[in-house]
Amino acid sequence: MKISREDVLRVAELAYLELSEAELETYRAQIDEILEYIGKLNELDTANVEPMAQVLASDQQADATLREDLIVPCAVAEDVMQHAPDPEPPYFRVPKVIER
Amino acid sequence: MTTMNTIGEVRGAIEARRVSAREVAAEYFKRIAARNKALNAYLTLCEERAYRQADRVDALVAAGKALPPLAGVPVAVKDVISTRGVKTTCGSKILSNYIPPYDATAVNRLESAGAVILGKTNCDEFAMGSSNENSAYGPVQNPAAPGCVPGGSSGGSAAVVAAKLAVASLGTDTGGSIRQPGSFCGIPAMMGSYGRVSRYGLIAFASSLDRIGPFAHTVGDVATVLHAIAGRDPNDSTSTTAPVEDYRASLGQPVKGMKVGVPKEYLGAGMDAGVRKKIDAGIEQFRKMGCDVRDIQLPHTDYAIATYYIIATAEASSNLARYDGVRFGPRVDGNSLIGMYRKTRGAGFGAEVKRRIVLGTYVLSAGYYDAYYLKGQKVRGLIAEDFRKAFAQVDVIVTPTSPVPPFKLGSRVNDPLQMYLADIYTVTGSLAGLPGISVPCGKIDGKLPVGLQIFGPAFGETKVLQLAHAFEQVGGATL
Repeated sequence: MKISREDVLRVAELAYLELSEAELETYRAQIDEILEYIGKLNELDTANVEPMAQVLASDQQADATLREDLIVPCAVAEDVMQHAPDPEPPYFRVPKVIER
Repeated sequence: MTTMNTIGEVRGAIEARRVSAREVAAEYFKRIAARNKALNAYLTLCEERAYRQADRVDALVAAGKALPPLAGVPVAVKDVISTRGVKTTCGSKILSNYIPPYDATAVNRLESAGAVILGKTNCDEFAMGSSNENSAYGPVQNPAAPGCVPGGSSGGSAAVVAAKLAVASLGTDTGGSIRQPGSFCGIPAMMGSYGRVSRYGLIAFASSLDRIGPFAHTVGDVATVLHAIAGRDPNDSTSTTAPVEDYRASLGQPVKGMKVGVPKEYLGAGMDAGVRKKIDAGIEQFRKMGCDVRDIQLPHTDYAIATYYIIATAEASSNLARYDGVRFGPRVDGNSLIGMYRKTRGAGFGAEVKRRIVLGTYVLSAGYYDAYYLKGQKVRGLIAEDFRKAFAQVDVIVTPTSPVPPFKLGSRVNDPLQMYLADIYTVTGSLAGLPGISVPCGKIDGKLPVGLQIFGPAFGETKVLQLAHAFEQVGGATL
């Protein structure tokens, strides 16, 4: 067994996901099976391999992707607030933040 | 109106003033009203927007102006792509009331080319799935194979074209989500290279893998739509500066002598016998066309699924962190801010999404990052290198799109790993950033569509389309 109920609980906490007991067990079993499968990557010796962090790195030039630091109008606030769950323009209202 | 199905037919008729863009739009909405309930392929229709655009096209015709390449052509857009003022749900409850305040660049470009957007299509939730059964809004029926899934995650986008409820559509592909539904629904479907089409406005699943691409009835139409949406976008720094080639110009050019690589790793056990027969016939067709078909090796193929499901889920866990009930979407009250996050996300996300967030968070967490995510990125490099080496020997690589034919709805929902393993032929090209098309390659027993996939080297869309078109022209679809 690669992943325990406690592991899933811990991860769900990190990911701000509320899971039921049933979900906890179902996902634990499924993810356990998946992690078992994923373990096959250990068959490969990658000690001297660079991680592929960029997909088409040879094409990207830093200069080409930077623009002038100019302020341009961006009047989206009204559109954005229109469909917010609890707007008090220009704020989004949320429950009070309490110490855990 | 029964022959208003391709770009040429629609645009040609409008240009020749045989029909107006408004009439074409009305015809398509009529078809949608008759068939969409049974298929569940469209989630939202935008009649007002469609008719406004149609009127713009009709005004161009009336003024005798030149018509853009997609003038009056009815298209559909997958519901993970932002459309200003039109509900965009990503197939999820957590965005059930989300209305984007802006258009994706790809949407903008479709409309600049004159296309008429009819509506948003159903998909697996946040593009996670291979059957469209993970949508919070119900599954989609495969118009080409009754009772079967249309494939996923772009099941809706494939289905609307197959059912003639759109001339073309946009889907997205992260691990196969354009190519596989194209294969299952019997239509051509393509993803350009990573960076070929701007991701601005595409609601992110996995940022190093996501791509937007077209479905259509013909390879030529796929080429036209891809050309319209491709190109550098300052709003997407991962979009390439490489110029967009004129894909249509090379369609019809001879393919004799083109070096076609067939990787032996893709034709082993595990492929359905019916699929195998059609793919073998397809490969034979390339020989008959005078292509130089040769065996190649892609030795790290067997590690692609493991690599993909580490990287994609890790990136997804990060990208989906923004769904917290604060700024958009429905909110579930909790006693605290954190409680609100947990309850909103717990209630708003479906099972597959939650499963992937948990897996993705786990492989990125302290103590596991090196063993999983970093390892995955290294193997990704090895897979990309396999392809680079192969493309030094061949022009294109041909494979099956899916190891299985379209399967019955509900038949594969209980085993996530089994579902993941069926992505084996498509995730490789996704990881390597390469362009890939799926073209129809016959139907098993005349019933279940099979797709054949063609990969090209990075930004080799032209050769891929050229060969795909040639295959279509010699009757590849009816093998």
